Amino acid sequence: MTVLVNKNTKVIVQGITGHQGSFHAGEMLKFGTRIVAGTSPGKGGTKFQDKVPVVDSVSEAMAFEPEATMISVAAPFVKDAAFEAIDSGIKLVYILTEKVPFHDSMEIVHEAKQRGITVMGPNGPGITVPGECKIGIMPNQIFRQGDVAVASRSGTLTYEIVDHITRSGLGESAVIGLGGDPVVGLTYIDVLKLFEADERTKRIVLVGEIGGNNEELAAKYIKEHVKKKVVAYITGRSAPPGKRMGHAGAIIEKGVGTAESKIKAFEEAGVKVAEFPDDVPGLLK
Amino acid sequence: MNLYEYMGKEIFRKYGIPVPEGYVVEKSADVREYKKPVVVKSQILLGGRGKSGGIKFAKSQADLNAAAKELLGAKIRGLTVTKVLVEDMVNIKKEYYVSFALNRSERSPMLIASASGGVEIESVPHSEIFTRKIDPLLGYSDFIGREASKFMKFDKNQSAQFRDILGKLYKVFSEEDCELVEINPLMETAEGQFIAADAKVVMDTDSFFRHKDINITDPEKTPLELEAQSKGYAFVELDGNIGVIANGAGLTMATLDALTLHKGKPRNFLDLGGTDNVEIVAQAFDLVLKANPKAILVNIFGGVTKGDTVANGIVEAKKRFDIKKPIVVRLSGVHEVEGRKILKDAGIESFPTMMEAIKMVVKVAGEAQ
Repeated sequence: MTVLVNKNTKVIVQGITGHQGSFHAGEMLKFGTRIVAGTSPGKGGTKFQDKVPVVDSVSEAMAFEPEATMISVAAPFVKDAAFEAIDSGIKLVYILTEKVPFHDSMEIVHEAKQRGITVMGPNGPGITVPGECKIGIMPNQIFRQGDVAVASRSGTLTYEIVDHITRSGLGESAVIGLGGDPVVGLTYIDVLKLFEADERTKRIVLVGEIGGNNEELAAKYIKEHVKKKVVAYITGRSAPPGKRMGHAGAIIEKGVGTAESKIKAFEEAGVKVAEFPDDVPGLLK
Repeated sequence: MNLYEYMGKEIFRKYGIPVPEGYVVEKSADVREYKKPVVVKSQILLGGRGKSGGIKFAKSQADLNAAAKELLGAKIRGLTVTKVLVEDMVNIKKEYYVSFALNRSERSPMLIASASGGVEIESVPHSEIFTRKIDPLLGYSDFIGREASKFMKFDKNQSAQFRDILGKLYKVFSEEDCELVEINPLMETAEGQFIAADAKVVMDTDSFFRHKDINITDPEKTPLELEAQSKGYAFVELDGNIGVIANGAGLTMATLDALTLHKGKPRNFLDLGGTDNVEIVAQAFDLVLKANPKAILVNIFGGVTKGDTVANGIVEAKKRFDIKKPIVVRLSGVHEVEGRKILKDAGIESFPTMMEAIKMVVKVAGEAQ
C-alpha cells in the first residue's frame, strides 16, 4: 500500500498539448508514470510522443479508466477543467496551475468533497511516490525510495529539502505538495492521516510557511493522533506582515499566520523544528 | 488587493448597499460649498484612523476648508494622505459590525456579525460575535440572515434592513471575487436607517482576468513593486542591503530567513518562478539593481529552471548592466555542473549549497562600500 498513487495508477493529463502540460507529461513518462491518455479540445485523434492517445474531452478519456488527472490549463479555464474531471468521477484531481481565483477553488474543493474526490493543489508540485508514480512537476532525479514522507505548501523548497534527505542517505516514501494558495484541496491533517496509515512511511516531514493556521491545526492533530516521528520546517520568519511573499497564501493577516506561532505550535506538540532546510535530515535520524 | 474606503463605497453603491452621500477631494481648493455637517476622512489603508487624527468633523465652511487643508498631505503613521472623502454626517444611534471573509482552514466564506461595532472586531469578546460558515456552492441565503438577526436581537424592521444588506454584501463578496468585505461600523441612524459608514474591500488579484473594468493600481505597492508586477515577477521590497533572486516562493522565503539568521539583511524578495528563459533572469537583475543593494545573492534549485539558463542570464546581466557589485550564486539541481562552469569562466563565484552562498554574501555585503 502506498500514499494515494502507485505504479499501476492510470493517469490522464488535461492540457497535454500545452507548453507546461507537454513538458511535464514527458518527464512523468520518463519517471515511469502510467499516462493512459491526454485531453486537448480540438486535437482529439492525435498522439502525444507517438504513444499517448490525445482525446477531446475527459468523458472520452474515461474509456481508458483513469484514476487520476493532472490539470495543466490556464487559470481562467481551471474551474471548467476540474468540474469536467469531477463530473466524470476521477478520484484524484491534481491542479498544477497557479493564480486560480480562490472563489473557483472553493467551489472545486467543496464539490469534490461531497463526491469523495481528492483534490491536490491548485498551485502545487503534485505527488511523487519514488519507484512507483509521479504526478506533477517535481524533478525526477532528487528522489530515492525510503521511509520519509514529506508534505509541503511549496515547490522548490520541497525539492531543496528532499535533496538534503536523499543526500543524507535516507529516502522518501511519498512527497506531496499541498499548494501555495489560500484555498487548496488537501490539508496537513488529511496528509498526516495518509502518512500515518502508510506502511512504508516511518518518519514525516512537514514543510510549512506563513499564512493561515493549517500548521497550527496539524500540530494539535500530531499531538493527539500521530505516532510516527515528525519534523517540521517553517519558512517566512523574516517576512513583513501584510505582504504576500510570492504564494497567494503566504501572508500574515491581522497577526494570524506568523512563523513564530507555527513554530511554537509544533514545539508544543513535541515536533522538532529545523532552523535551516539542511538541518532536516539530522533531526529525522 | 486592499481598496480605499471610497473605492469600496463605490462598489457598495453599485450593489445597492446604503452609504452616506459624499465626494473625494485631492486638493483642498476642490472642497464644495458647505451645506450640512460633514465628516472628512483620510483615505489611507490603516485601521484606527480616527484615533490617529485621520478623521475630522466639520460644522461650517471654515471647518471643512481647514480639515481638508490639514489632512491632505499629512502623514499618518507613516502614510501620506493624498485623498480625503467628504461625507454627510449621520446621527448615530448604534454601531454594528458585519463582514464576509474567506476562512482558509474551512475553505469557505464566513459571515461575522456583532452588535459591538465601530471597534476592531479582534477586541470584541467571542460571546458577542456571530460567526457562520457559508457553503460556497449554496451561497448566502435569507435563513442565514434570520439566524444572525436573532443573535443580534433585532426587531422586525431592523432585521429586514440588515438582511437586505447582508444579501447584497455577499453578492459583492462573490461577484467581485473578494477576500473580505467588511462594514465597520454598520450604522443605525437616529431615524432608524441602516447605512454603511465605512467600507473595507479586499479583492483577489488572481480574478482580475474576469474583472477587466477594474483599473486600480495597488495602493500598498511601491513603484518598484508595481514595475516588477507589470513584468510578471513576485517582488517585495524590504529594508536591507542584500539583493535576492531565487526560484519558487518557498525557497525565496527560506533564503531571506537564512540570510536574516546569519545577520544578513535582505533588500528584496524576488521569485524568478519556473523559467527556462535567459532574458527573464537578466530582467530580474535590472529590478534588483534598481533597489541599489550592496551585493546580490542568487539561489537556484534547478528543475524547470535550469542551471545553465540561469548562469547565462547572470553573465548576460553582468555585461549588459555593467554590474560591479559582488554577485554570489548558489546553483543546484538540473544542469548544475554546466551552469557553474559558465559562471566560473565568467569569473563569478558559485556554490553548490545554499548555506555556503549565504555565508559568503553576508561577508561580502559587510565589506562592500
